[in-house]
Formats: sequence, C-alpha cells, structure tokens
Amino acid sequence: MKYTPHTETEIKEMLADIGVSSVSELFKDIPESLRTRFFDIPKPFSEYEIIEHFQKIGKKNKTDLLLFTGGGYYDHYIPSAVDALSSRAEFYTAYTPYQPEAAQGTLQSLYEYQTAVCAITGMDAANASLYDGGTGVAEAVLMSFRLTNRNKVIIDGSLNPIYKKILHTYLDNLDFTIIEIPHQNYGTNREKIASLIDDDTASIVVQNPNFFGTIDDFQDIADMIHEKGGLLIQTVYPLSLGMLKTPGETGADITVGDGQSLGNPLSFGGPYFGFIAVKIKHIRQLPGRIVGETEDKNGKRAFVLTLQAREQHIKRHKATSNICSNQNLIALRGLFYLSLIGKKGFQVVASQNYQKAHFTLTELLKIKGVSLKNKNPFFNEFVLELPKNASETVEKMLSKGIAAGIPLSLYTPEDKNALLVSVTEKRTKEEIMKLAETMGEVLWN
Amino acid sequence: MQTFYTKDHEWIKVENKTGTIGISTFAAEQLGDITYVELPSIGKTLKMKEVLCGIESVKAASDIYAPVSGKVIEVNENLENTPEVINQSAEGEGWIAKIEIASLDELKNLMNPDQYKKYLEDLNS
Amino acid sequence: MELIYEKSRNGRTGVDFPLLDTPLQETLSEKYLRKEKASLPEVSELDVVRHYTVLSKLNFSVDTHYYPLGSCTMKYNPKATEKVAGLESFNIHPMIPQLPSGENFTQGALEVLYKSEKLLEEITGMDSMCSQPMAGAHGELVGIMLVAAYHKAKGNKKKTVIVPDSSHGTNPASAAMAGYEIITIPSLPNGEMDFDLFKEALNNEVAAVMMTCPNTLGIFETRIKEIADLAHSFDTLMYYDGANLNAIMGKVRPGDLGFDVVHINVHKTFGTPHGGGGPGAGPVGVKKKLIPYLPVPLIGKHTDGTFFLDYNHPESIGKTAPFYGQFGVLIKAYAYILLLGKEGLIDATEKAVLNANYLMKKLKAHYDLPYDRTCMHECVFSAKNQLQHKVHALDIAKYLIDQGIHPPTVYFPLIVKEAIMIEPTETESKETLDWFIDIMIGAAEKAKTNPEVLLNAPFTAPISRPNETKAAREINVNYFFKK
Repeated sequence: MKYTPHTETEIKEMLADIGVSSVSELFKDIPESLRTRFFDIPKPFSEYEIIEHFQKIGKKNKTDLLLFTGGGYYDHYIPSAVDALSSRAEFYTAYTPYQPEAAQGTLQSLYEYQTAVCAITGMDAANASLYDGGTGVAEAVLMSFRLTNRNKVIIDGSLNPIYKKILHTYLDNLDFTIIEIPHQNYGTNREKIASLIDDDTASIVVQNPNFFGTIDDFQDIADMIHEKGGLLIQTVYPLSLGMLKTPGETGADITVGDGQSLGNPLSFGGPYFGFIAVKIKHIRQLPGRIVGETEDKNGKRAFVLTLQAREQHIKRHKATSNICSNQNLIALRGLFYLSLIGKKGFQVVASQNYQKAHFTLTELLKIKGVSLKNKNPFFNEFVLELPKNASETVEKMLSKGIAAGIPLSLYTPEDKNALLVSVTEKRTKEEIMKLAETMGEVLWN
Repeated sequence: MQTFYTKDHEWIKVENKTGTIGISTFAAEQLGDITYVELPSIGKTLKMKEVLCGIESVKAASDIYAPVSGKVIEVNENLENTPEVINQSAEGEGWIAKIEIASLDELKNLMNPDQYKKYLEDLNS
Repeated sequence: MELIYEKSRNGRTGVDFPLLDTPLQETLSEKYLRKEKASLPEVSELDVVRHYTVLSKLNFSVDTHYYPLGSCTMKYNPKATEKVAGLESFNIHPMIPQLPSGENFTQGALEVLYKSEKLLEEITGMDSMCSQPMAGAHGELVGIMLVAAYHKAKGNKKKTVIVPDSSHGTNPASAAMAGYEIITIPSLPNGEMDFDLFKEALNNEVAAVMMTCPNTLGIFETRIKEIADLAHSFDTLMYYDGANLNAIMGKVRPGDLGFDVVHINVHKTFGTPHGGGGPGAGPVGVKKKLIPYLPVPLIGKHTDGTFFLDYNHPESIGKTAPFYGQFGVLIKAYAYILLLGKEGLIDATEKAVLNANYLMKKLKAHYDLPYDRTCMHECVFSAKNQLQHKVHALDIAKYLIDQGIHPPTVYFPLIVKEAIMIEPTETESKETLDWFIDIMIGAAEKAKTNPEVLLNAPFTAPISRPNETKAAREINVNYFFKK
C-alpha cells in the first residue's frame, strides 16, 4: 500500500522544474560508499491483508481473562463517547498547538483538562500532562530539587515499585540522594520518616492509596516536612479521589499520578498519561506544556501555550525539563471521561470500587487460611496472605481464566504467600463469587 | 553618581559602594514584553559575570549577569507583580537589584555611556 | 467559547454506572474522605459530545488542512493502522506477561514488539532496539543515559556533549538532564556543522555528539563519516536524532554513517498520528557495545519461536517506562511499515525529497533562501526580504491560516533569522503543492502591496491574534482558581 499520490507525468514535470533528470540526483549529497545496498524489509501488504494479519496475531493473546490485576493500572469502564470524541481526526491528526489561531480546539480542551486535574486533586495549577505516572514522579522530584536547592529525597517504600525504578533510572547518574523507607505492615513508617527529615531534604514522596491499596492521611507528614522547609510530593490514584481526601487538603506541594484509570484502556502498557499539579507559587518550575487563558486583540476569550520560557525550545539546556510533547490525546480522553461521568459519577465510581473490593475481601476471607495483611483501611486493592505460595496460586488461577492478582514476590521474594488483589466497578457479584470459589478450589483441592 | 554598561547590556549606577543594576533600554526593546523577573535573594554574593537573575519575555528567557562582584542588598520588589516597568523605564524605575560592590576597581572593565552608545552603533551596523 | 464547566447545571448527569450489585460494606472514617465534591461539570452525554465536537472543529489537522510544518513530518496517518490498534485482542493488562506463565497469554503482543524492533533495526542499521521510550525527547534522554552508562562502565571521565547550533532544543535539554554540560558548534555558510571548530572542541571529555542528519536545515551533513570517525578516536559516541529519518529511508542508515545510538520519532517517520501533541513513541536503537545497558525488560525470542520478557541484563540502566513503551502507538508504526514494505518506504523518502526540492525551487525567487543547495525532506527560507515592508515570518504564518493552510514552522532553526521551515511530506499531491506555492507567492506580493492583510491576519480564524503577554503576566491556567 502506498500513500503517495504522484503520477509518472507529475514526477517528470516536477523533476524538470527542479532541473534534475532523476529523483536519485536529489540524493547526491549522500556519499556513494555509505549508501544502503540491501534493505531487508518485507514486501508491502495491501490494506485488507494487514487487518487480517493483525487479527491473526491478536488471536495469540488471551484477552478473556477475568481481571483482578491492578498494581497501579486498572480495568475500568470506558464510556462510548470517550472513544467517539478521541477518534475525531481534528483532535488526533493535529500537532502541538503552537499556532493558537489554528488550534483553539486543542488549547481550550487542555485548559479544561488542567482545570479538571485541579478539581479532583484540590491543587491550584496543572500542566497539560506528562508521559506517565512514573516519569511524572521523577519530574516532580527533580522539580523539588530546583525549588529547594537541596538534593535529597525520601521515598515511602509503599510507593509503586515501577515508579521507584523509574526514579532511580532518572537520578542514579546525577548528584542526588534517594532514601527509601521500607513499608511497615503495608503502610507508611512515620517514625522512621520523621527521624530522617533534615535540612537537606528537598522532598518526601508518598502515595495514596499506596501500592498495597492502603489509605492514609499524610497531613502530619506534610507538617513535618514543611517545618524543615521541604516539600511534600503525593502521588495518587486519580479515580480514588471521588472519595478520598485530596492532596490539596493534605497540604501537598506537588501531586502527580498516572491517568490511565481515567478513560484509557490498559493497552499492554501504554499510551497512558501522567498528570502533575502544584501550588500556584511553584508554577514556574513545572515541566512541560501549560495552557493559559487570555484575550485576542478584539477582546475575545482565547487560549495559548503560556510560560513557554521554561521549555526546551526556548531555554534549551537550561529548561525545566527536556520534555517536549505531552500525552495530549490520552489526557483529553481523561477529560472526556471526567466530563461524561461528571460530578456525581466521579463519586459513584470511586464508591463502587471501594464497596466491591470490600465485598471481595469478605468472600475471600471465607477461604480457610486466607487473611488480610493491610493494617489500615484500603481502597480497591488489598494484600492477602494465602496459606500457600501466591505465585503458584496465580499460575493455577490463570489456567482457569482468572487473573487473581499480583504475587508480591515479584518485587520482594520474601513475600512468598502475599497476593495483591484489585477490584474495579466492572467486576460483578457473580465474577467476584467465581474468584472466591475458584481460589478456594485451587488452594484446597 | 556614575553609570556604566556591560557588553551584555546590563547597567550599573554607582553611588559610594552601592551599585544599582538593571538592563539597558536597548536590551528591554530586544526582549519585548517582559513577563517575569526572577529576583535574586538578598544576601546572595556574586562574582563579576555570574548570573544575578533570570528574566523572561513571552518567547525568550535570558540571564542577567552581575556587572561587578558584590553582595545583593536590595531587590526591586515592584517587578514581582509589574515586570512591565522594565519596558516602560529600563534605566530608571525598572532597576532590578542593588549590590554592595566588592571592589570598585572592577568598574574599569565596563563602558561609560558614550562608549556603550558607540558599541550599540557598531552592533547595528 | 463557553467552557464545559460553564455549561454545567446542578443535578444534570451524564453516563451512568450499573447499580451496585454487592451488599453494602463498612464506610470509611471521615478523616480519610474529601470534604467537598470535585468541581466536575454536571452535563448530559450530548452536552459533552457536542461541546468537544464543536471544539475539535476549531483545530487545523492533517485530515482537514494542508500542514507543511517543518521538522514535524505531518504526513497522512493511514486509517488501517487505527483499525489495527483498536483490535480488542491487544487490550491486555501489562502485568499479565510478568505473572508466572503469563507470557503464554500475550504472545501476540510480544510478537508485535519483537518484530517491529527487528524492522526498525534494519531501517536504522543498528544492532538492537528498545521500544520503551515514550516520545522522541524521552528517547533522547534514554539514549544519553545509555551513553553515560557506557562511559561509566569503561571508567571514562566524560563531562560534555557536543551539539550543532542548528539542533532541536530537546538535544541540549536531554543531555543536560542526564548531567552533561553542553558545547554548541556553529554552522558554516553552507549549512553544515563547522568541521574545524568541531575538531577544536573535541577532546577526551566529550561523551557524545548529538546530531540529526539531514540537519534541521534539511541539509545532509556531507562530512558526517569524518565527524563520526574523529569522535570515535576519542571514544566519543555518536547520537542520531531520528527526527529527520523520513529523508533517508532505504537510502542510507544512521548505523552505517557511524552513529552508535539513535532514537526514532514514530509519529514523524512511521505515520502514527500526532494526537495534538502526543502520544508519540521514541524507540531507541544501539550498536552492540551499548546493548548491555538497554532498559529492561527487553523482548526476547526463544529457539522454539515463542517470545519472552528478557530481564537478564545486569548492567541495564533500569526502567524508563512503566512497561514496554507506548504499545498502542508502536503497533500502528509496525502496521505502517508492513503496509508500505520495502518499496513503499523508499518511495516515501523519495517523494518527500522530491516535494521539498520542488517547493524550494518554486519559492526561491520570492523568499530569501539562506542555504541554496539541494535539500532533503525540508527546506528553510527566511522572511528577511519582507522585513523592509515590516512584515515578519509570523505575519506570513498568520496569513496562511486565513488561506486554510497550517503555517510552516517559523523562527526555527534559531540560526536563521525570520526562519520559515517547510516540510511538504510525501503524501501531498502536486496540485496541493502548486496551490500552496501560489499562496506563498501571493503572500510575498501582498507584503509589498498590501501588508495590512498580513499584519492583521488572521481574519477568518476562530480568534484573532491572542495576547500572549497577558497570558504570561496574569496567569490563568485553572478555571476555578481564584487568586
């Protein structure tokens, strides 16, 4: 399949106008000796063949698993209008809105997106999105170093292990120190954190609900770090904010997280989007694009990219980050989702996740030898202690079509029997009963 | 009171050991509408040509360098909310910071108003 | 236009959820709960659909407008690739293959990643590819992290990265984020990097040279092999910014030019949509000596033909994305490469270069052409002749909006005064180019005869020129935030 429209006649005319006799003359600047002689790429597919081809590859995946797998990435319902709107070519085949007069659609939508992020997190200002939650945490920590002129960060061990790994990859070659405080009963070890905050601490990173699903109130930690002139970075599962105390209410300076749960499919790991929001006084250290409201020269409301002097295309190596693109279309899906479910739906969906997870726990606790590891309340995910090896249990459950959760031994080998189970609003009572029943059989038959 | 200029278009007005620093009218015109001045902190000590602070317009960001070594003793807090003062009066109301000059000797590296005028003419030709 | 928040009416609801089918459980203590409901809009589904559909129509896009935006390769995005990416059979939880025996459930998705990486290796001439980076600039950062890991392992003390002054802003920004200082090398009057100054600047402390070839002026760096050889003599690595790969597919490969690390912008070269600024994807390719440092997991293939997640790289820099990259984007790029095939990729490059040279030839009598030589996939003019009429590149850009054309990139590269950077792309027909040429010539004429239509443009867009100074001085980025 070709998408070039040139006819033979046109090519001849164009070459004549340019004043060359062949297309290959246009490549004369490439030294002969370096040219590609052999280019081992298959023959073209027709459009019909390509779709057949991918349908065939797709059959090699098994996608009818009953999902109780979370770990920061969840199987939530996506309203049909999210797909319909994000499939509008005017959104998805446009580029970065550098020419505001030709991009008011994207710009106003991003302003509404930033507003939605602030509305759910209780913060003052958000950017137009980052790549994902993990790189978002890294950007937030780098931001805290710039804001405080300090170079030490304390991270709560109950932060998502994926975020921790990305943070290490970003910082390990630089002159910064990361101190990780191991979790205590799948929650935050406050005493240890309190003892380590000092005048060199730029920030503390906490997560709510944490990786193990545990809910916390970090106001005391916010007070502690503020007293020492540092910042609180709180990462959140945005959907939980339909219920939970916001980072703004907690006193966080920077909040960041992954927006997958807001209207985006799991899609084998991406594209997702990262959101980041701050107190207004920190806005000039925010990385990435920001949209602002202004007026056009006739006084009409208009939206533009603003505070661009922070960014790489102007400040080059002195920019707040190297980031150029945002996850525009994916972030807009988040906006469409939040608008479609609205003020009430946002509360309903959070509450259903909470309710169903607690019902699931009740059912699972009926299995002999199964107990709950979280000491504090949890949201829609919890850690079970199984009477047998969690990894083997998960494998057996998979063969029965159920993805029962994540064995924590993937991250901490000593947690042999611990299983992280997640439940979303999509799981019906029947499916939950099936999980409990199958797990009982797998464990004891 | 004497005024001196740098090749990077900063000016410094000297009275005893105090120097008032800003950017030249030419620099302000080049930057266009100034939107933000990142004021230095009081007490900061600087060597000559070290970055004193940053300044931003809509599509540009520049550093302002210390014309001579010294310690920041006062900043123009007006600029925090009304950076446009620099566009209106770059060499008057739009001053940025005052420093206690470490060594008056360093002033001889700078241009006087006539030399700076000549320097600008050369730049434009 | 009104915001979605301004259309909100108390009590109105949109999409609903099924009634809770499980018995009510205990409630959560007050101290963990938010005090006020989030200020999300209360609107119907139709309100939302109409609001964003109307908003979308305020955009210029490839499907609706000609979009010759230099350096961005705004080619047509084939619909078949959208269809492929939307197949429900690829919508998999990314943790599944990490579970015991989980790889068996995701063989199709792993195959897509593995095979697309193999094709990208062939196109770039690299030894191994990793699909993790989530955008071009992210690929740059990951690439420079690989450079840093290489030097660290060898005990090299390197401190700086060289970039030419025509480079993308992301190059120096990425290198700085990985901890390097930047040395900028000026360009020569012929548009190529100054080889003598490069030679002077090069020493044992230089970790890498970051270049794009052809460069941002659309010019092929004819001494690139000499540059690479010289760099390698200092154990300095060569980094290829893949932004302009569309100009050379099947003609020459970065790997054969001496580059050690490349990133690819699949949203430029491989036809995946730009999404209004993302998501992109920025796979990184390396020569053998850098393979040990690639992020994990990589995608491996067993001798029995099955695919697996390969974590066995003890010297890996770690993790740069939550999982395996922007899968939903990468699958489109893979489909695109298969659709075009060998002939199609070469054809795309040839037509991109043909179109750019045609435009350059037709416009050079009307606009200053600072580098008058055969170009590759894009060409850079200057509006400096128009300045005598007080018309700037920006005014020409705004005039084009009135004509229904998305403006070319203006004011980049930074080394060209009043730059107008045009990348026609290969999917545009001769009649579209001729139409664009006529309008550009018309703009040059009007600059002389009737500059007002340029200076006050656009007249027909949803807004006239916005006050960017006000936006930056009176920051308003959140509807509900009151100072």
